[in-house]
Amino acid sequence: MKTVDEVEFSPAATPLAEKLLEPALEIIARYPAGRSRSALLPLLHLVQTVEGHVSPAGVAFCAEILGINKAQVGAVATFYTMYKRRPTGEYLVSVCTNTLCNVLGGQQVYDELSEHLGVGHDETTADGRITLEHAECLAACDYAPVVTVNYDFAIDEATPQSTIAMVEQLREGGDLPTPSRGARICSLRDMQTQLAGFADERDGAIADGLAGAPTLRGVTLAQQHGIAVADFNLDTPITTTKDRRDESAKAVKDSDPAVSPLVGRLPASATKPAAKPAEGKVTRVAKKAATKVKAAAEAVTHRHAGEDLPGGDVKNPETRTAEKRNPTMGEPDRTGGATATEPVPSNPAEASGVAQNTAAGDGKPAGDDARPAAASGAAASDVEEKK
Amino acid sequence: MTQPRREVLEKLTPVLTKRWLSPDAWKIDVYQRLDGYAALKKALDVHPDDLIQLIKDSGLRGRGGAGFPTGLKWGFIPQGDGKPHYLVINADEGEPGTCKDLPLMTYDPHSLIEGAIIASYAIRASRAYIYIRGEAVHAARRLRNAVKEAYAKGFLGENIQGSGFDLDLVVHSGAGAYICGEETALLDSLEGFRGQPRLRPPFPAVAGLYASPTVVNNVGTIASVPYIVLGGADWWKSMGTEKSSGPMIYSLSGRIANPGQYECGLGITLRELIELAGGMKPGHNLKFWTPGGSSTPLLTAEHIDTAMDFEGVSAAGSILGTTAMQIFSDQDCPVYATWRWLEFYHHESCGKCTPCREGNYWMVRTYRRILSGHGTYADLDTLQDTADNIFGRSFCGLGDGAATPVVSTLKFFRQDYLDYIEGRTAPRLSEKALVGAH
Repeated sequence: MKTVDEVEFSPAATPLAEKLLEPALEIIARYPAGRSRSALLPLLHLVQTVEGHVSPAGVAFCAEILGINKAQVGAVATFYTMYKRRPTGEYLVSVCTNTLCNVLGGQQVYDELSEHLGVGHDETTADGRITLEHAECLAACDYAPVVTVNYDFAIDEATPQSTIAMVEQLREGGDLPTPSRGARICSLRDMQTQLAGFADERDGAIADGLAGAPTLRGVTLAQQHGIAVADFNLDTPITTTKDRRDESAKAVKDSDPAVSPLVGRLPASATKPAAKPAEGKVTRVAKKAATKVKAAAEAVTHRHAGEDLPGGDVKNPETRTAEKRNPTMGEPDRTGGATATEPVPSNPAEASGVAQNTAAGDGKPAGDDARPAAASGAAASDVEEKK
Repeated sequence: MTQPRREVLEKLTPVLTKRWLSPDAWKIDVYQRLDGYAALKKALDVHPDDLIQLIKDSGLRGRGGAGFPTGLKWGFIPQGDGKPHYLVINADEGEPGTCKDLPLMTYDPHSLIEGAIIASYAIRASRAYIYIRGEAVHAARRLRNAVKEAYAKGFLGENIQGSGFDLDLVVHSGAGAYICGEETALLDSLEGFRGQPRLRPPFPAVAGLYASPTVVNNVGTIASVPYIVLGGADWWKSMGTEKSSGPMIYSLSGRIANPGQYECGLGITLRELIELAGGMKPGHNLKFWTPGGSSTPLLTAEHIDTAMDFEGVSAAGSILGTTAMQIFSDQDCPVYATWRWLEFYHHESCGKCTPCREGNYWMVRTYRRILSGHGTYADLDTLQDTADNIFGRSFCGLGDGAATPVVSTLKFFRQDYLDYIEGRTAPRLSEKALVGAH
């Protein structure tokens, strides 16, 4: 597999590469060496931090950094709902219209909001503030109907009035509304940074969002009535039959722990003293980023990524399964050359027919070589003898 | 609103939900004060095989829907095969009606991490992934923070608590595909592909993530592990029934006075759960409900006393699923509800298997026609026939899940369909929904 400094970013991907190379390398380092394709989903989220959607440039960037082709990235990007194909607004407002929210009023919330904003599903208001969508079950049915802003739970038991009021507040851009159970609202692009797997750096954001009453209802009832599960003893012994220090207790590492996390993926400059001369802006950015990432990676000593596996892991899992099931796959079919005994027909009429039509013996469809023989008037059996 | 009786209240078993009452339990210090990471210390002192045996003895079954015995699943991982093993936690909660894993990860994320470390140790995995649904941003935020805290305190990383056991844990956000809740589709997605289910065998225990032995468990399953390690298998079995042991978080939603999460021993009935939830909403009478999300066949008011455990719900002709009970009343239309679910399955079908991809396409259109007042008697046969041809003919359960509400509403509520066809019920959809339906 190529190392990152060998990646020649295309002109389309270069602007993104300049901005995103460092975090992209950090994402790739989360996965075992040779399994960098696992980073594709977070990388696509990362691309959206800049563009708000996955553009052709974003596809090119992901493809080039992972060493796969654009069609492979495109196939993934178009499969998942959270990768947007068109520019999005500052805030994404999702209204759940799956069955339960729907019958409890979610559909009405969506319809009235849609009419109020003058946009439909997956469309953005002209001022670029709000992208609207109807969502499938958002996993908060005990608060139905629910509305989220940038995927954080914003309104529980929503009504058209409360939703429109909140969205208006978002559009004005002054004091942002306080979400019901999520962290304080950020922009959709900032949210994508978190989706790419980076921490929410805002002060106090993690502590935001207290549990609502429905979540706590059962456990509160139990507390009010003094109900607890009896006989819970922390020191209940575990029955042991084997020695803990037995060799079979050891895990096999998915890569060699002796090797530093990013070797193999890092530019040569980061690992070898003799770096080759810098060749372009992107290469320089790559090297600068790689040095930083390597320093960060060394600080994080717990990761055990190792050398790249030959060829990496770009094989489709389906292909892998097929190969496992049929190890001779890809070799020529040998059944044509096999000498299987012909079944002997018991019916005399069928027997005479078979005698006049000898099966083709070379794997070609029957009749192929019989045709010229028939044209010359010879019997099929003669053709067989001439061979 | 009625107060639940004492004998019903005593069916509550706050175990996994207990820490939710402490608003700061997501912080590692608070978690540790509340018995946190005590199970890990205990677990690291015994041989992994003894832990697998402990989980087998507890009778813990998967909380994600299928109810497969967890200890058995862990035992399937071939040991000494020289391959890396992986633990993948399915946190892609998205089954309509299900809302128990998100609060668990938001308000008590360390319990999942502690369970993940113990499970990884048991199956000899040095790398674990939590595949969390993309939309679950707040849960992911708390989870990532908890992972960071756990690394800082030496519960993750190299030589955990001096045991010689190493583990890396990565929180991986999905990107909005319901199908990725199916375990093999989840693995494909985690490898960076479209989330499409794989043909089995080989099962993930043999060739899962990166074609290596992999255990895929639900959040609820893994979060149960520390409690079993602490309290022991016998204590765990003191809750629930003989074959379905332990507590379960029942997610109640819909036309009841107090929707919410109620953790009870397996085997409680809907009647008792509705009592805990303060009864039905005033003016509503129970008509139909899902025992475990929309992919499980609907049940009706006559099933109100069905024991909500794996065996009881199967005997009633449905599946326990995720115990997401969406409760609908006589003011809700089962035909409309089914149509909306089908729009969902149609949207979420990954397109790999023809019966599910094409069948949902046509069923959605048939429903739109019925609901806009243009349905025919033949439509009912078409629906039944299509559903029968989807069921059991797809790689994964999504196809089956789409067929079940159709088959069960046709069975229990045929009259509601006929009311649309014969004009007794006013159309619910306008003509424009009909484009392409004829």
